[in-house]
Amino acid sequence: MTPQRSTRHTTPLSRLTSHLALPLLPLPLTTARVLTAGGAALTLLSTFLAWTWTTAFPGNLTVTGYPGGLQVLTLTGAALTLALLLATTGLPGLRRLNPSRRHTATVHLAAGTFATTWYTLGAIAIRLGGLVNLEPGGYVAGAASLVALVGALALPADRTGPPLPPRPLPAWAEILLIAAVFGLALSVLTYGIGTAYGELFTGFLLLTGFTTAALFATGLGSRFTALAHRHRRVTLTAALVAAVLFPLTQDTDEYTLIIVNILIFSTVALGLNVVVGLAGLLDLGYVAFLGVGAYTAALVSGTTASTLHVHFPFWAAVLTGAAVSLAFGVVIGAPTLRLRGDYLAIVTLGFGEIFRIAVGNLNGESGPSLTNGPNGIPNIPDLVLFGYDFGTPHSLAGLTLTPFANYYLLMLLFTVLVILVFSRAGNSRIGRAWVAIREDETAATAMGINGFRLKLVAFALGATLAGLAGTVQAHVSYTVVPEQYVFAGPVPPNSAFLLAAVILGGMGTITGPLLGAALLYLIPAKLQFLQDYQLLAFGVALILLMRFRPEGIIPSRRQQLEFHESEAGADAGTGTGTTTGRGPGPDGIRLTKAEA
Amino acid sequence: MTTTTTAAPVLTATGVTMRFGGLTAVHAVDLTVHEGQIVGLIGPNGAGKTTFFNCLTGLYVPTEGTVTYRDRVLPAKPHLVTQAGIARTFQNIRLFANMTVLENVLVGRHTRTKEGLFSALLRGPAFRRAERASEDRAMELLSFTGLTAKRDHLARNLPYGEQRKLEIARALASEPGLLLLDEPTAGMNPQETRATEELVTAIRDRGTAVLVIEHDMRFIFNLCDHVAVLVQGEKLVEGTPETVQRDERVVAAYLGTPFEGAPGREEIAEVEAAEAHAAEETDR
Ligand SMILES: Nc1ncnc2c1ncn2[C@@H]1O[C@H](COP(=O)(O)OP(=O)(O)OP(=O)(O)O)[C@@H](O)[C@H]1O
Ligand SMILES: [Mg+2]
Repeated sequence: MTPQRSTRHTTPLSRLTSHLALPLLPLPLTTARVLTAGGAALTLLSTFLAWTWTTAFPGNLTVTGYPGGLQVLTLTGAALTLALLLATTGLPGLRRLNPSRRHTATVHLAAGTFATTWYTLGAIAIRLGGLVNLEPGGYVAGAASLVALVGALALPADRTGPPLPPRPLPAWAEILLIAAVFGLALSVLTYGIGTAYGELFTGFLLLTGFTTAALFATGLGSRFTALAHRHRRVTLTAALVAAVLFPLTQDTDEYTLIIVNILIFSTVALGLNVVVGLAGLLDLGYVAFLGVGAYTAALVSGTTASTLHVHFPFWAAVLTGAAVSLAFGVVIGAPTLRLRGDYLAIVTLGFGEIFRIAVGNLNGESGPSLTNGPNGIPNIPDLVLFGYDFGTPHSLAGLTLTPFANYYLLMLLFTVLVILVFSRAGNSRIGRAWVAIREDETAATAMGINGFRLKLVAFALGATLAGLAGTVQAHVSYTVVPEQYVFAGPVPPNSAFLLAAVILGGMGTITGPLLGAALLYLIPAKLQFLQDYQLLAFGVALILLMRFRPEGIIPSRRQQLEFHESEAGADAGTGTGTTTGRGPGPDGIRLTKAEA
Repeated sequence: MTTTTTAAPVLTATGVTMRFGGLTAVHAVDLTVHEGQIVGLIGPNGAGKTTFFNCLTGLYVPTEGTVTYRDRVLPAKPHLVTQAGIARTFQNIRLFANMTVLENVLVGRHTRTKEGLFSALLRGPAFRRAERASEDRAMELLSFTGLTAKRDHLARNLPYGEQRKLEIARALASEPGLLLLDEPTAGMNPQETRATEELVTAIRDRGTAVLVIEHDMRFIFNLCDHVAVLVQGEKLVEGTPETVQRDERVVAAYLGTPFEGAPGREEIAEVEAAEAHAAEETDR
């Protein structure tokens, strides 16, 4: 076994770790395997022991014989590590778990288990004040997960055999597989949202992060992507069904409210992705357009606090909100988009602040009476659509739809609409022109593209989509206040977080901003202790991301293509005989200017 | 290789002048390209050739002068120039690096298609039809330039020669009446240069006139019906390749005038013999 990686990693997520060449530790193969397997098994067993003596640490880790709280995460991680190690060594039943036949995935999982376990032990020590609060079980878990990690890092990089080709499945089995994966994803998400305390959520994030990386390292990730691509319709339906079913899996409104807000945040992020991801325009005041939509909807909602005493039906309110947002978009965009460079960023940043401050001043004292100033517009009534009151629970076939579930479903409709707009606009003559402008505006205009007009279309479309989302947001939050629409603040959505969601998730993709928004909403919501350091932590995280994964969690199709191509190029070798780089003509006829 | 003087002019530039502050990069240049012609534009580095192209295509607003395309005076707006029927390539390749080869060519179709945002959102049958027609046309151009196999590659991952070809395919996608090529063979090896010569001839045969800037003189003399020489922003000579080649002012502009005590013929022959001898030595 040569201690070198023979070929490049190819899956996007494993690129994060591709800096480290396996094995990091020089140990014989058998020793490495035994250490990993033994460590993982012992870690698994240790979760049945007590890790601490008091129930003061949440999740009750004091019971022997029954894992609880964070122990369950360690248990899951250890079990997966063990399964994957056995799969990679070629255990017949499990082999299919790791078709790439590389140890990388095992390393990811061992690292994930180690991180989760040590995080738990650290959290216990910090919360209860010292390592004395650990029971022997905790020490066993810590030592065992370390041993497993050491063993895993000593595993060789080579494949243990040729990669397994995908086993052909009948179509119905493939569809069933897609459904199962979505079911699994839904339950993982529900678990994450339902985590009752910050420590459990952090542990959950750690383990899911590493497991996802491992999943892609095994090759199962890209296989599923290919499968989902083949059955596009089925996949979309499954995603939609999973999304619709979500509120039905909840018996309280607490998490449904979280998910509605996530949905609003993601939808707005996706709207921003048209502007930033496709057309490459840096909009730093995007949240103002959400505010315009929300304020418009609030003003025409019929609330007593509104200075306009009108009550539009919802569809009319939506159209008004979108139209007003569109108008603002055109007014802001028309003068600035003619200029190149950073002017747009400056102007939108200013617009975002001006909107917030102006809305705070339109209270009848510092300005005309319109928005009720800093107090905002409260008591926005619940929506009633076709006699269906969104504010009361409804019973549907034995299942209860809570008020927030109603709004969730409505918002889902808007999300689907925005997804549709994004994908259809992006994949058309207009969308290609946007990307061309983003890539090279001079070349784009030389290809006949009217740069100004197309940028204005993108900007206005983005504003409209945000306005649409705003109309729903006004009803979900019952109140609109200027402070909801800041540039940067602890509560998403704000302009900085929106931009971060797009960049973190992956520019120009659909799933990227959705995932990015979910993460950026959940992390501050779950980790209250971060409150004061949130923006700092956030900045550090973004810098790290830009350093290690500039394309975001989910790379766009174009960037994925790049991975595949570099692989294909390496295999095929060069030899086209083309010269790269400019130089004088090789045949020596090229003439140069005489010395003056 | 006949100069078709009877054919109608495609492009007429009259008195084009471009000043950057105190520097006059192009001074009162007149140039006419006729239907079915390949016209060469040569000149030493910094002569103002690229600047002249930028004036023709609206990237620069010329300080003075007008550009006429088929009897229409062109506005100095690049997208309107392309719309009118002039397409170009760039000296330092400017592809849409993160788009695929096919997408690059599809962007070139922009002026010849009309589908707006709403038809894209609604995806009616007309939209689908237009999209398919565009793709067919783009694929045809890819096969014309020999890039069919690369359709799904990212433009930035193509080898250099193919990037140049793709730029030409992208320009052709706008169905131009006149194609401007800025040093299409720069950095190419001899085989690739020959292939590009054939490509340019084929483009002319398809009915597109070509105006080409090139430093490779063999390329210019093999291909062009007409050559104009630009020196320090001014048009020095113009005519058939043969007349231009023989013109002493052109040679002087490129190589400089011989100074007093310049090496005579015998010395040059001596040096060449010595070099040949040295080459033999190294071969052994
Ligand atoms: N935007 C600009 N601003 C100021 N000066 C410019 C600008 N563009 C070109 N120039 C100047 O104009 C002159 C002509 O440059 P140009 O690029 O047109 O030469 P060229 O004939 O294309 O040369 P080459 O063979 O090297 O491509 C140069 O002196 C250049 O520095
Ligand atoms: Mg030039």
